[in-house]
Amino acid sequence: MTRLRVDTRRRLGSVEHRADFDLPLAGLTALFGPSGAGKSTLVNLIAGLLRPEHGRIAVGDTVFFDAARGIDLPVHRRELGIVFQDARLFPHLSVGDNLRFGLRRAGERARAPRMPYDAVVALLGLEALLARRPHTLSGGERQRVAVGRALLAQPRLLLMDEPLASLDAPRKAEVLPYIEHLRDAFDLPILYVTHAVDEVLRLASALVLFERGTVVDAGALTEVIAHPAAAALRGGADAGVLVAGAVRDHDPRYGLTTLACEGFALRVPRVDLPPGTPVRLRVPAREVALALSPPDDVSISNRIAGRVEQVLPGPDAPASADVEVRVRVGAGTVLSAMVTRESVERLALAPGLRCWCLIKSVALHADALALARGRALRTGGDAGPAQA
Amino acid sequence: MLTAVEIEALRLSLQVALVAVAASLPLAIGVAWLLARCEFPGKTLLDTVVHLPLVLPPVVIGYGLLVLFGTQGPVGGWLHESFGLRLIFTRWGAALAAAVMAFPLMVRAIRLALEAIDRGLESAARTLGASRLDVFFTVTLPLMLPGIVSGGIVAFAAALGDFGATITFVGNVPGETQTLSLAIYSLTQTPDGDAAAARLVLIALALAVGALYASELAARRVRLYIGRA
Repeated sequence: MTRLRVDTRRRLGSVEHRADFDLPLAGLTALFGPSGAGKSTLVNLIAGLLRPEHGRIAVGDTVFFDAARGIDLPVHRRELGIVFQDARLFPHLSVGDNLRFGLRRAGERARAPRMPYDAVVALLGLEALLARRPHTLSGGERQRVAVGRALLAQPRLLLMDEPLASLDAPRKAEVLPYIEHLRDAFDLPILYVTHAVDEVLRLASALVLFERGTVVDAGALTEVIAHPAAAALRGGADAGVLVAGAVRDHDPRYGLTTLACEGFALRVPRVDLPPGTPVRLRVPAREVALALSPPDDVSISNRIAGRVEQVLPGPDAPASADVEVRVRVGAGTVLSAMVTRESVERLALAPGLRCWCLIKSVALHADALALARGRALRTGGDAGPAQA
Repeated sequence: MLTAVEIEALRLSLQVALVAVAASLPLAIGVAWLLARCEFPGKTLLDTVVHLPLVLPPVVIGYGLLVLFGTQGPVGGWLHESFGLRLIFTRWGAALAAAVMAFPLMVRAIRLALEAIDRGLESAARTLGASRLDVFFTVTLPLMLPGIVSGGIVAFAAALGDFGATITFVGNVPGETQTLSLAIYSLTQTPDGDAAAARLVLIALALAVGALYASELAARRVRLYIGRA
């Protein structure tokens, strides 16, 4: 398993950028943090577009940079594929020529390409665009071409620097599935920079957390998500949890599917996956209601018994209208419910209290949830900060 | 209808201007690159020297060329000794004078085009496996083309019309250094030369307007080709 080892320091203006981690490169690793936290800087350092002042960067056995030994592999020899936020397609070349730019320079790697031209064009739906010029394309189309161009350079590692940030919501929704498909289609490790919570939860299996120019944690998504700096991934308007489960059976009469989760079941609108397929389901906290006793005369299909674990923010925190109540259900999964502070007081919700989580099946529709293929669930288990 | 003398002057002018622009183009690209992309001690000095022909009286430039490139001068003497090459009173000297006068116009246009190029495109090309030289020829140069083309054409028009530097450096030798402007001047000093002078003036006008128009058209065409419509 190839590992990415980064241990660098670089001053940028008044902030010092520090990164120190050792990650197995498998699947899609998200680099997450608020804007300006240093994520793009890390991409530039790994790419060689920016030079660290101290430290070492290595991918597998190849050393990209080593300050002590005076090694600094030139950009064009690092065999990386980079997708920038602004696409950066060459305006004087057609889409086809843009795509082939890296492929033509891949030398040996292009002879038996791991990512062949036809496969990439088909995967990203670019056939109709090949003869066009970049300036005639829409933003979403441009990004897809940029992704294709980076893939066709036959990289050992794909870096995507906030590829969807400059797209509006419809364009984002158009391009995101392509990224999911390429993640699953090619055996290519991906580093994905983003500050968007939904992209992390939908795409990533591993996470590198940034805060004010420093990497604060790195590892499997399900573990790192507990770190304080990952609060945005758990709380706020986008609060929600990731529930692991598998397709159990389908109900053709009502067009519903039952998912077997850890110790409980969830009914969702029908998904076209065979029974046994492992999935990852995002349950937005806003779609979870709480009851003190299981209501039978209510339309909500999912009623899951549990025990209140935590009420956030705590009693000392400044008062807000919404409160997040975390409830432990089944064999240990924690569900998040977003309720009004008024309701919390009315129902006297406090840690230890037995309650029921009510989740409308309709709310777990494909648009509101992310179904991740099992591949993404198999996280890199042995990741963490590099040894001193 | 044009007389032989007039046709001679026209042909010579075109030849001199063409040689002047073609020979100085690579240097202009190099200097534009230095000024746009590099920082070095003496950069301001270089910038100033390059732009001198725009502000100095052309006769002064001609005088300077005479001092340097005349057969008694440091460079001219060396050329004469080593290669038997003489610049004064020859069309090659006229080309040099025209080139010097037109140089700043070329450098300005190319430098502007260079500065307008998105450096991010060059970084992207490098990440795709292109060495710096590769990037220059496959990305930078094609994107500079509108500037090079329009700069070259404007420089051509300026070279065509030079008077002061040419007459001071290489004199007014019909058939050899008597370019268009010099011919017009000579004709106005000759009795009965007015009609011929007028004809040449019209030609000069047409050439200048044509060159500017062509420069705009060409630049627009190239811009379309590189997709910046």
